[in-house]
Amino acid sequence: MNVAVALSDVRLDVAASEAGPAPKRVVVAYGFWIFLLSDIVMFATLFAAYAVLVRATDGGPSGVQLFSQASVAVETACLLASSYTCGLMSLAVKSRRRLGTYFGALVTFALGLAFLALELREFADMIVRGDGPQRSAFLSAFFTLVGCHGLHVTAGLVWLVVMMVQVVLRGFHPTVQRRLACFSLFWHALDIVWVWLFTVVYLMGVRA
Amino acid sequence: MNLLGKLSWDAIPLDQPIIMGATAFMVLVIMAVLSFITFKDYWGPLWRDWITSVDHKRIGVMYILLALVMLLRGFSDAIMMRAQQAVAAGGAQGYLPPEHFDQIFSAHGTIMIFFMAMPFVIGVINVVVPLQLGVRDVAFPTLNSVSFWLTASGALLINISLAVGEFGKTGWVAYPPLSELQFSPGVGVDYYLWSLQISGIGTLLSGINFVTTILKLRAPGMGYMRMPVFCWTAMATSLLIVAAFPVLTATFAMLLLDRYLGFHFFTVDGGGNAMMYVNLFWVWGHPEVYILVLPAFGIYSEVVATFSGKPLFGYRSMVAATMAICVLSFLVWLHHFFTMGGSADVNGFFGVMTMIIAVPTGVKVFNWLFTMYGGRVRFTVPMLWSIGFMITFVVGGMTGVLMAVPPADFQVHNSLFLVAHFHNTIIGGVVFGLMAGYNYWFPKVFGFRLDERWGKASFWCWFVGFYLAFMPLYAVGLMGMTRRLQHYDNPAWQPWLMVAALGTVVILAGVACQAIQLVVSVRARRQLRDTTGNPWGGRTLEWFTPSPPPAWNFTVLPSVGRFARRTPAEGTQDYKAIEMPNNSPIGFITAFFAVVTGFTLIWHIWWMAGLGLLGAFVTLLAFAFRRQEEVEVSAVEIARFDRAHPAEVTP
Repeated sequence: MNVAVALSDVRLDVAASEAGPAPKRVVVAYGFWIFLLSDIVMFATLFAAYAVLVRATDGGPSGVQLFSQASVAVETACLLASSYTCGLMSLAVKSRRRLGTYFGALVTFALGLAFLALELREFADMIVRGDGPQRSAFLSAFFTLVGCHGLHVTAGLVWLVVMMVQVVLRGFHPTVQRRLACFSLFWHALDIVWVWLFTVVYLMGVRA
Repeated sequence: MNLLGKLSWDAIPLDQPIIMGATAFMVLVIMAVLSFITFKDYWGPLWRDWITSVDHKRIGVMYILLALVMLLRGFSDAIMMRAQQAVAAGGAQGYLPPEHFDQIFSAHGTIMIFFMAMPFVIGVINVVVPLQLGVRDVAFPTLNSVSFWLTASGALLINISLAVGEFGKTGWVAYPPLSELQFSPGVGVDYYLWSLQISGIGTLLSGINFVTTILKLRAPGMGYMRMPVFCWTAMATSLLIVAAFPVLTATFAMLLLDRYLGFHFFTVDGGGNAMMYVNLFWVWGHPEVYILVLPAFGIYSEVVATFSGKPLFGYRSMVAATMAICVLSFLVWLHHFFTMGGSADVNGFFGVMTMIIAVPTGVKVFNWLFTMYGGRVRFTVPMLWSIGFMITFVVGGMTGVLMAVPPADFQVHNSLFLVAHFHNTIIGGVVFGLMAGYNYWFPKVFGFRLDERWGKASFWCWFVGFYLAFMPLYAVGLMGMTRRLQHYDNPAWQPWLMVAALGTVVILAGVACQAIQLVVSVRARRQLRDTTGNPWGGRTLEWFTPSPPPAWNFTVLPSVGRFARRTPAEGTQDYKAIEMPNNSPIGFITAFFAVVTGFTLIWHIWWMAGLGLLGAFVTLLAFAFRRQEEVEVSAVEIARFDRAHPAEVTP
């Protein structure tokens, strides 16, 4: 789903800003972009908090002792691959191929679930070892930042299931198409946040 | 395991006569309103026309109604504080015990900012912006209803805190470590946090809605540089909401995690950093000041141009100044706490940025003055508020520039001088503007003007009362009186505080005049009726449709040329059916579950909080699977409406 205005929507005789109300498809996608920006501001706040507190380990472990790069690499691979399959799903939606849509959604869902499972295992290991969020300000910030991204992924998975039910019930109704477009924007945005997270938390974190 | 968490009968402060009296009064008013609705059999219309309405004008009216009710609540807190400080000098302790006084100043600030000023601003934006842009509704009408009802949920929660439990005693900023569980173990801070989280989501959704509306839905020909200044300021405010409110949400979420799950963001132990909260709070907090005041600036721009009978002076510079303030507002947050102990360079940077922000503001003041210059000025009620603003706000602005100098700020930090300064800008800037807008657009919304005499009386009482109430606070602030004192030993302060209390009484008279104005105007609505659709001779699009406008705002979307012009006269056009968004109870139901979830989280009733969240999720699903999103208004109905309003169609 392309966010750019389709050529048929553009009136060439007037300036774009004077062309009158935009079509609903554009309005919905644009509104969702603004929402994503606000979400990214929220992540920025959590990143800032993490940066402030990263050295505040209160005698507890720091990233060097805690992070397993192998596990995080697999997580990253899952999420990036899921963005690719999400893109395949969008293409299938655009050409109204049901089977392709279901297949793309299924693989996206599976990869997202694998990502979550790995993240939860990492969290559980740390908590069992006594290095939970209550241990130090650094760990509070770590669990909140990474956990917030994880919650977003969870919400995305629930959303994906709901959307597939809608495709089954209503087919490629314009409303369903708009929502699928928003979903893919959401999913890609989570990827972007993860790239930052991976860099700031995991790559910079293992440097002593 | 207690099924009701921390909640028990002890939560109701039966031993506090003042609180119980206020609660009884609140309950009586609510009962009276409910029985009135039942007696008049208004439940049906109320549900169909208001509660489930997604019409931006009706939602705007509900926002403003909420704001006016909360103004009364916040103002009674103010009266109690001024009365306390007028008497509690020397050995006297006054009539309010410290823990109650602390709740009052916390509730006053929280309510006035979040549940009076914010809903009022967003309400005016709701009513006016789609009309000024020449469109039928906002980008997401149902979401708009959800926004309103979430704001109302927050307001309800904060008022429940009066009767059940307590409110925060931490001030409206709730700085840790005082607001941490260790030092505030009660439910007060939780009431504060959850009510603001819930209403904050509503505000954020409003911001998204209006950014999209203003940037993507404008009548044909309505280019950016043809938008009325109010639309520009509404857009700047919405952008600020989108960029600032998520910071508040994240910050409060961290404090909640500290309080509920033992995290260490802002605690004194575990490596927490309380100053991080203060920084993050004001990263939201300073833009918030402009979220409130920019739309007020927009209102003044409309009012001054209309009642001077001239186009606004320096439209382009007004737009540039608005957007400059929008950006600069994110670069000044540290001036709220120069005493943090940042280096001289840090304080110097934020001091200079703060002074720079006075430049675009000054540009605006001169633009309004030059608009009036040489114009045929009509001293109507909105104009009086605007002129009162120009005088008052300049005083408040100058004390602000004074405090932007870090060494000077060290002397008056957290004193009543500061309290006087921000009331000077918020009352003189925001409240005066909202009152101007209320009087200016009232005839558009309800089809009749407000009574001029009572309106003028109200203005003069507010204006005089404001100076009486707050100029003394500058004085005692300079004499060293800090804010939030339940009692004080220095008898030299008392005369000033008595004058301030007197000022509050004069403002009370102003509030009473406003109430009377409304009653008088409703009774005289036939004489005050606006049959033209344009009672003031305004030049923006909202005045080119009947008062009150039909649900669809414009029969044909206006086309904006060099000057705004009307669409074809009635009778000459073929009426076409119009698709309008369907009414929806989603907002109200979401709000119900938000209140349940918020209240049960405050009282640690986990199972019910889970049910509340589940309910909200099911509501969302029901919304996602609804079949009919729009209803059609038939051409016959539109034609009938236009025939019934013949006078309104000529510009």
